[in-house]
Amino acid sequence: MSDETTTGLSHRKLLIWVFLGSDCMFFASLIGTYLIYKGSGVLHPGPADVFDIPTTSVSTFVLLMSSMSMVFAYAYLVRDDIKAFRIWMFSTIIMGSTFLGFQVFEFSEFYFHDDLSPQTNLFGTTFYALTGTHGLHVTIGVIWLGIIFYSSLFRNTVTSKTNLDLDLAALYWHFVDIVWIVIFAVVYLFGTFTGFPSS
Amino acid sequence: MTTIPFKLPLNIKLYRPVSPTGVWGWLTTVDHKKIGVLYGVTAFIMFLTGGIEAMLIRTQLIAPELKIIAPEVYNQLFTMHATTMIFLAIMPLSAAFFNFIIPLQIGARDVAFPRLNAFSYWAFLAGALIMKSSWFLGGSPNAGWFGYAPITTATFNPGNGIDFWIIGLQVLGVASLAASFNFIVTIINLRAPGMTMMRLPLFTWMTFITAILLILAFPVITVALIELMLDRTFDFNFFNTKAGANPILWQHLFWIFGHPEVYILILPAMGIVSEVLPTFSRKPIFGYPAMVLAASFIAFMGWLVWSHHMFTTGLGPIANSVFTLTTMLIAIPTGVKMFNWLGTMWGGDIDFKTPTLFAVGFMSMFLIGGISGVMHSFSASDYQQQDTYFIVAHIHYVLFGGSIFGIFAGIYYWFPKITGRMYDEKLGKLNFWIMFIGQNLTFFPMHWVGMQGMPRRIFTYDSGMGWAFWNGFETIAAYAIAFGVLIFVINMIKSWTGGKKAGDDPWDGRTLEWSIPSPPPVYNFRDIPIVKSLDDFWHTKQKSSNSNTKVKSKTKVSDIHLPQPSYWPLLVAVGLTIAGFGIIYNLVFTGIGIGIMLITVCAWSFEPVNEPDSH
Ligand SMILES: [Cu+2]
Repeated sequence: MSDETTTGLSHRKLLIWVFLGSDCMFFASLIGTYLIYKGSGVLHPGPADVFDIPTTSVSTFVLLMSSMSMVFAYAYLVRDDIKAFRIWMFSTIIMGSTFLGFQVFEFSEFYFHDDLSPQTNLFGTTFYALTGTHGLHVTIGVIWLGIIFYSSLFRNTVTSKTNLDLDLAALYWHFVDIVWIVIFAVVYLFGTFTGFPSS
Repeated sequence: MTTIPFKLPLNIKLYRPVSPTGVWGWLTTVDHKKIGVLYGVTAFIMFLTGGIEAMLIRTQLIAPELKIIAPEVYNQLFTMHATTMIFLAIMPLSAAFFNFIIPLQIGARDVAFPRLNAFSYWAFLAGALIMKSSWFLGGSPNAGWFGYAPITTATFNPGNGIDFWIIGLQVLGVASLAASFNFIVTIINLRAPGMTMMRLPLFTWMTFITAILLILAFPVITVALIELMLDRTFDFNFFNTKAGANPILWQHLFWIFGHPEVYILILPAMGIVSEVLPTFSRKPIFGYPAMVLAASFIAFMGWLVWSHHMFTTGLGPIANSVFTLTTMLIAIPTGVKMFNWLGTMWGGDIDFKTPTLFAVGFMSMFLIGGISGVMHSFSASDYQQQDTYFIVAHIHYVLFGGSIFGIFAGIYYWFPKITGRMYDEKLGKLNFWIMFIGQNLTFFPMHWVGMQGMPRRIFTYDSGMGWAFWNGFETIAAYAIAFGVLIFVINMIKSWTGGKKAGDDPWDGRTLEWSIPSPPPVYNFRDIPIVKSLDDFWHTKQKSSNSNTKVKSKTKVSDIHLPQPSYWPLLVAVGLTIAGFGIIYNLVFTGIGIGIMLITVCAWSFEPVNEPDSH
């Protein structure tokens, strides 16, 4: 098959955009469910009982910075500065993993310390389902970036010519990051503000 | 069978098939035409199983107070009948046409992602098998095709039936999403030079809009199904009313998906009719831009009407009024389409071949279904019609008289292109008239018994209700529909094996698929066509009708690089099936299935689309 396409964009680039559009609806439905159930159900603990905003702000900041690091990695790859690319790539993966570490810590804290499980009440059900799904997205992203990093390190197959491979992963990574900002605002911040309608 | 090696990371060598034949050829194919045939044949078999379920339902209802079928089985029958017809018959039959026809209509040699396309088919087959296997593994789902929670939660519905329904639909969703991603990219990005969006044939346009609806609507039901699965398998509380759950959350999520879904079912049929009518009226489609705009408007408005399925849940007068208005609004663009089809036929030199008959049948049946639809779009009158046979009549006019008639028009229309042979015109017309009369005699009386208050989804009725005559009548008429389908099957088998040769362009067609041989060669177009207008092929024929010289192609067939067969799409679908059954029976298998999927997806992504040195 020839490489020419009607729009000039590669098929894979269009595919990732279409996929992300679909994924938007996926998260919209989950966030919608969370909001519909916000404040219903009488059993504690609720958001204000368990959230530790300073801790989660740190992990949110780390995830945000990982997006910036991703931008640098891509910029260096396009310039064929493989060494700098690897450094920024590594830092992106580390920051993504750090975010996941925070999430594991947070979940275990809620579960063992605050007695909040998915089975406890509606808040537990909707909270774990929404943030867990996001965590799964981050995990897939870390594995994806890991495979590219591995290919660069041990097979030397990642160059400016194959920058599309990284471009797709980067788009996905930024998307997952943006979704987290929405979740952080809707679930964490609005969940604990006093005066805001919540449990 | 020859294979060629390719490298994975960690220096594992794997082998891929090179032009396998026979069964292996079908299992590893990435050719959109072969995949289209696989889709069509599988979906038609599913259509027949859904038909058998319908016949059993009608047989039980032939007279009052019968006990041919137990109430529990009856519940499973109507659930499986609807689920089968919607997800295993109409959607994949449309997908069969997307696969076979779209690349031909836009002048492409294949779809954008041939292996993903193969995966879509195998995942569809997996979903169909999971869903249908429930009949043999302890009982089918029994809560209707909409599976309202909390009635589908473990508290009220123990047993495996609902789990089969959840997992089957999830797997089918994966298949449909993958196919839709593929077709959106294909239609945007693989058009022949000069094929602008406003020169696309209308069937391609309708496919494009359907695919966009699908990728936005399916995630919503996916989330609903995941929530229900978490409730049933891991005791989450999404639909646990004791924990304060909202009993109509499921209905909202389901119908936000469900209403766009009805356009996913009807738009492809509308696309087919928009191809058939101009061809057999020997006139260009009337109001092409209006057709595109009307369909886009329908697709957009489809998101703003879902609560018309929930008028009786007590949303209040304001919500009911708003959703009444938005729903009625959709009648306008639908009317535009209807008048454009009429305008296309008006003054045309109409040739009433079987595809034309089915297309006109589609228009008239869809019109009746549309009118009864406007009747219950009005929330006040919906209170009387909700959950009665009036609704059953409505949906069968739009889905059987509408979608299925449109699909049958398409099967007859493209049969010569797909098989290279002509169908039997006499049998085709007989098939149409039996199905058309049978459809009206079966479903029209349902309006009356519905208005008299006969509820849907009851396994029998009292003889004193006065519904006995029409129910018996409907059942006999339903047998006539089955007879009509039998004639169709005989026609297809007879014509596919022994029909007379069709030639490249038996209908004097207007679109690009008629410019190539029947059946098309693997590479479709020897030279990629250059498109200068809408219905370019038609205009080319008009210009060159005097000089009967055919331009000789300079492209050597051996120079055409096609995507090569691959095992991985099938193997990923196998992993998906194992993971799915694992959720129903034992989570260990889910782990194994996910493991298989991870490995096969990696192998797939490292396998090049085609080997540069294999030629
Ligand atoms: Cu609707």
